[in-house]
Amino acid sequence: MKPTVMAVLLVLFSAPGVAQLQTDQEPLVFSSAAEEQRFNQLTEELRCLVCQNQNLADSDAPLAHDLRHEIHDMMQAGQSNEEIKQFLMQRYGDFVLYRPPVQGNTLILWFAPAALLLIGAATVYFSVTRRKRLLAGQEPGDGD
Amino acid sequence: MWSRLLPLSLFVLLGILLAVGLKLSDTKSNIPSPLIGKPVPDFELPMLFQPDTELTQKDLQGQPYLANFWASWCVTCVVEHPILTELAEMNRLKIVGFNFRDEPADAMRWLETHGNPYDLHLTDHDGRTSINFGVYAAPESFLVNPEGEVVYKQIGALTSEVIENDILPMVAAMEGTR
Repeated sequence: MKPTVMAVLLVLFSAPGVAQLQTDQEPLVFSSAAEEQRFNQLTEELRCLVCQNQNLADSDAPLAHDLRHEIHDMMQAGQSNEEIKQFLMQRYGDFVLYRPPVQGNTLILWFAPAALLLIGAATVYFSVTRRKRLLAGQEPGDGD
Repeated sequence: MWSRLLPLSLFVLLGILLAVGLKLSDTKSNIPSPLIGKPVPDFELPMLFQPDTELTQKDLQGQPYLANFWASWCVTCVVEHPILTELAEMNRLKIVGFNFRDEPADAMRWLETHGNPYDLHLTDHDGRTSINFGVYAAPESFLVNPEGEVVYKQIGALTSEVIENDILPMVAAMEGTR
């Protein structure tokens, strides 16, 4: 009796594991560790278009799966990272890049943080020097 | 005086920024297609009902058409279906179905239950053509002019408004220039 129960439990609880495996039928094969590292770096920089806050490396969407295969095949064909990014940008636009290029419409994105930091630093500098000047002006008066 | 107004004006600016952000977030998921104004990507796909016949983008050239990417597993496609049927009944342009990442048998069954508004039907079984079109949602529709260039892209289901306000005027303009 007990082995039967065990068997039933095993079948029941192994089902989700099987379903998981089927989404990635053919695991990607790399010829070297360096190539695999290059693939991982590249897919981390690329956005999954379906679940837009995930990158291609992490996403489980069917499109991300297909695009990973596409990128893998392109790497096998000897294409550079730049060529692969171009391929995706021609189809999905700049949005596919997590690191957008520096160009007219991304200037604010790239330089606003530095500009805000400068404004903050300038504000602190001027208020401190003004306070210093005020204090310095007061001291002789206090001495008298 | 100036230093009193500064926090208030900063607050107003922040409010405007947030309002703009909130407005943009509605359309954020609609990524503009880099394909607009460019020729349709090359493809060579078998027809759904005559799998032995393959068509390329050149076979479709010469008249405007709507390339509609759909699949039997796509829930929104069922929502879009009556709108597409309406468009088909107007007889203004060809509707070409691109059945992608789908099994032909499932697709044919789907068309049998819901009706077939498509003039032509192609099978993109492995979804490679859909990647070349930059499709990331289902359904997606591309309006293609007689020269074979993409002029408009709709991500998600077509609506009567989109057809009235965007697609039909564009088709009329294409006919006017010919």
